[in-house]
Amino acid sequence: MESHEHTGLLRLGDDALILAQRLGEWCGHGPALEEDIALSNIALDLLGQARAFLTLAAEREGKGRDEDSLAYFRTDREFTNALLVELPNGDFGDTIMRQCLFDQFALLRYTALSAQSIDMEVAAIAAKAVKEVRYHAEHSAQWVIRLGDGTEESHQRIQNSLDRLWPYTAEFFIEDAVSESLAAIGLMPLLQDLQGPWQEAMNRILEEATLVAPEKSGTQSGGRSGLHTEHLSFLLAEMQVLPRTYPGAQW
Amino acid sequence: MDPELPFLTITELGMVRGCEFDENDTAVILLTPTYSGCPATDAIQDDIRDAVSEFESNFRVKLVHSPAWTTDWINDAAREKMRQHGIAPPDGNSADKAFLLGKERHISCPRCRSAETKMISAFGSTACKAHFQCESCLEPFDHFKCI
Repeated sequence: MESHEHTGLLRLGDDALILAQRLGEWCGHGPALEEDIALSNIALDLLGQARAFLTLAAEREGKGRDEDSLAYFRTDREFTNALLVELPNGDFGDTIMRQCLFDQFALLRYTALSAQSIDMEVAAIAAKAVKEVRYHAEHSAQWVIRLGDGTEESHQRIQNSLDRLWPYTAEFFIEDAVSESLAAIGLMPLLQDLQGPWQEAMNRILEEATLVAPEKSGTQSGGRSGLHTEHLSFLLAEMQVLPRTYPGAQW
Repeated sequence: MDPELPFLTITELGMVRGCEFDENDTAVILLTPTYSGCPATDAIQDDIRDAVSEFESNFRVKLVHSPAWTTDWINDAAREKMRQHGIAPPDGNSADKAFLLGKERHISCPRCRSAETKMISAFGSTACKAHFQCESCLEPFDHFKCI
């Protein structure tokens, strides 16, 4: 049984790590050079955030693990990321809509952590991340607006992306024993408190993009407790193959 | 030296936050990374170790995350050097209201100083830079982002 603090730090690290790995798949495949570089840059920022949180999680755990053992030697059931970030990239519209939905959440979560967390190290990593994610959020929102308020085809395709991805967003705000106990001691914000501001931020972007969030949609969740889509296993296989084949390899 | 900006030192960039002695009398060099994922951070730590070990063996480098690094810490000499090397330095301070309000900032061209420039991409050749182009002299250039 992991401590709640450890699990809370893993959730922060895993969201960033898995999305970084997904965005990294665009490297060399972006629709334009600038966008290729942008997605890779965002992936790099997320990887840095993941390293900071996983390092902290490993240090606090005190069992001799480090960022690498947490990233490379956990199985899919031990990853705690939200399902949204593990979904395949799809087309550029799917990727940028996923990014927009996540960036707005990440910005609110990091802002709350940097302002409220009683843990100075968590607050410091979050304060750094806020500055980075502000650029990501601006970038993804501008693309959603451009595609939504663009041609008939771009509008329809990004609307389809929104419809497909929307059911995965409720998971950001689902409380459980971990999140409630961390909020109670002031380590992390209550997730429910972020839902209203997130909804407002998304409404502003979607309205400008002439897009409409589905009124009724199911909820896909399970990632926080290690119940993932099949896509995560394939992602981990690629991410982990080298260190698992040659443990301790250095170059 | 910053491996990506080899004309700048890490003190000019404000990354070295100080040096202190711990309870074991070991010198601790305090280093604050610029971006979370900046790959140069590891290289910079190695370079510090190489440089310091030439005259002192009892030391270590410690990463300090709080307060977070900000472009406000880059000194004026470094900003001028950036201009000379074709990089538009960060303008003003990180609490730049224009950006927070979603307005485009006016970045002047490091080559001809024209204010008629446009952003090509918010993400440039390294994590810390955005890609701009001057509309007067057409020079493409990097802008060191304000964070």
